[in-house]
Amino acid sequence: MLQIKNIHVCVGDKSIVNGVSLSVEPGEIHAIMGPNGSGKSTLAYTLAGHPQYTVTKGSIAIDDVELFELSPDQRAREGMFLAFQYPVEVSGVSVQNFLRVAYEAKFGKLKSILEFRSHIKDLAKELKVKPELIERSLNEGFSGGEKKRVEILQMAVLKPKFAVLDETDSGLDVDAIRAVAEGIQTIRAKQNTGMIVITHYQRILKYLKPDMVHVMAKGKIVQSGGHMLAEELEKNGYAQYV
Amino acid sequence: MSRFAPIKLPTHTASIVDDPYEHGFSDPTDKYAFISKPGLSARLVKEISSHKNEPAWMLNYRLDALSRFEAMSMPMWGGDLSHIDFSSIHYYLKPTLGESKKWEDVPEYIKRTFERLGTPQAERELLAGVKNQFDSEVVQGSLKDVWSKQGVIFLSMDEGLKQYPDLVKQYFGTVIPFGDNKFSALNTAVWSGGSFVYVPKGVEVTMPLQAYFRINAEKAGQFERTLIIADEGSKVSYAEGCTSPTYSTSSLHSAVVEIIVKKGARVQYTTVQNWYKHVYNLVTKRAYVEEEGNMVWTDFNMGSLLTMKFPSFILAGKGASGETLSMALAGAGQHQDTGSKAIHLAPHTTSTIVSKSISKGGGRTTYRGMVNIGPNAHGSKNKVVCDALILDPDSRSDTYPTERVFTNDVSLEHEATVSKIGEDQLFYLMSRGLSEEEASKMIVRGFAEPLIKKLPLEFAVEMNRLIDLEMEGSVG
Repeated sequence: MLQIKNIHVCVGDKSIVNGVSLSVEPGEIHAIMGPNGSGKSTLAYTLAGHPQYTVTKGSIAIDDVELFELSPDQRAREGMFLAFQYPVEVSGVSVQNFLRVAYEAKFGKLKSILEFRSHIKDLAKELKVKPELIERSLNEGFSGGEKKRVEILQMAVLKPKFAVLDETDSGLDVDAIRAVAEGIQTIRAKQNTGMIVITHYQRILKYLKPDMVHVMAKGKIVQSGGHMLAEELEKNGYAQYV
Repeated sequence: MSRFAPIKLPTHTASIVDDPYEHGFSDPTDKYAFISKPGLSARLVKEISSHKNEPAWMLNYRLDALSRFEAMSMPMWGGDLSHIDFSSIHYYLKPTLGESKKWEDVPEYIKRTFERLGTPQAERELLAGVKNQFDSEVVQGSLKDVWSKQGVIFLSMDEGLKQYPDLVKQYFGTVIPFGDNKFSALNTAVWSGGSFVYVPKGVEVTMPLQAYFRINAEKAGQFERTLIIADEGSKVSYAEGCTSPTYSTSSLHSAVVEIIVKKGARVQYTTVQNWYKHVYNLVTKRAYVEEEGNMVWTDFNMGSLLTMKFPSFILAGKGASGETLSMALAGAGQHQDTGSKAIHLAPHTTSTIVSKSISKGGGRTTYRGMVNIGPNAHGSKNKVVCDALILDPDSRSDTYPTERVFTNDVSLEHEATVSKIGEDQLFYLMSRGLSEEEASKMIVRGFAEPLIKKLPLEFAVEMNRLIDLEMEGSVG
């Protein structure tokens, strides 16, 4: 279980997250919605361990392992994954080499690189990632949709226990959203990954059918409910929360 | 301390014990055939020349160069040269009486050293020929029969002068006259060793020739002199590597490399410079390229205290082309002042300069380049790309491009980027499970990759390994 208990987060001396608690069981999907500036992305980065975000209070644990004192790579090895809103470009490093290094960092030395490569090819096909992207530099010159799909591919390869998807649907067209959502569902079905999906739109949630929808405003979860809540929010906006 | 480290890790201070340099061992010099006393004089120059039984013209040429060296002031630009003490250097160190063809005939300790450096194995399979220089002299060298039968000459410069005095006299000092700069004057006065290569018309040497330069003695000066003549339509690739012991005192390496690329010929010259970081590396390299000829410099600088080196080409014939791929890595205390010069003298000549530099731990890189397009070089093209990667706030990178254009109808492009390893890039890779060190290595390797993939495979592997080694322990 991913357990977030009453966390408070600052950037510099500005307090952004003011006491969020959330429990996610393996295989569950929790959606977090909310207006801009409500602290959703800060929560995502905080879970992954970005050094710019200071946790002043509270705890984050995966299966009782406290993540608070761990560096981002240690958290990844404990099973945390963040699908970035803006995946970073790394030139000269091919997607497949990067995946190999990341896989080995988490699971130890590969027995066969060729086998691994064909495994990646299969996954890419399944997740509708263009095969030529695998050999290109990581995210460099990728379209928005390609970047997001490669994030999902990374998640499939690294098999996290819990994943935070930070606006994975933003900037994508309808077809791309569906493809990404199907990828997420496939991974959940196969690996029983628990997920926190941060989004502004109800569209991706139609495909994901979250177990819970939370509304975040001013650094707090102000309302939680079933997936009907997402539809209401789409209709009425966040005016009542700000 | 790492920005990503868990809280309250003990801080780690780099010390000499952590020095990752692998080739820092040294051999005693008591068995050397000759070691000159420290210091530079006309008497020393005469002594060197007499050891080599040179013709009178060479001795006179050396002495003229010495006068020029003494008359010239130190460069007022570039890195800090104020600590070079010309009077403390041994200018001529002769380890053995002569060059051997076979390793069996090389003194055991020298053979062992080169084995540790891995050169004899490479010779067997991958190379057309080798020259292994130990301090001032080439101690071992060979050329596979298949090439010598086709008329290829690959000798030490000293042997070249003995066996082909006319050819040497015709070209020596024509591309880089001794008055070119203070250090080319110094080299000309006291040169010893280096390679002499001649590739006959139409011969394509498909395997590389390789030279390895080892400084062994303390306070040594190494002044090798290389002359490569690629006759019409020929092709040759020449690669050199260099290392030295970890002395606390400084050494001086000042080479001159002249290359003549005749009509339609192609020469690729690759350097993997890995001196210990107390060596001053002040080298002049230039190619004269005739019609439709092509010169490629692949110049990788990892080591040395200060390197000032700008491999250049004079594109003298119509349609000639030149390319420089330059990579520099400067760590703590190092300054890599590198770049290239492209001199276009003839119409429709093309040049490309790609420079990538990495500075870390307070190291400093400088790109210094000159593109000169003369009045007759209409229809010429030049492209300069320089990218600098700065790994931490203590490190520094500067760019000094100069462009001089004396004709119309030319095309010039200049692109420059400076980037820092961003927290965002590191965080992204670390969030996938890579440690901070692995993530930094990956970013640096990726940065260097476009140049490294242009190297022959075995050099590419070696370069990647050196970069990894250099990055090790740099975080934490």
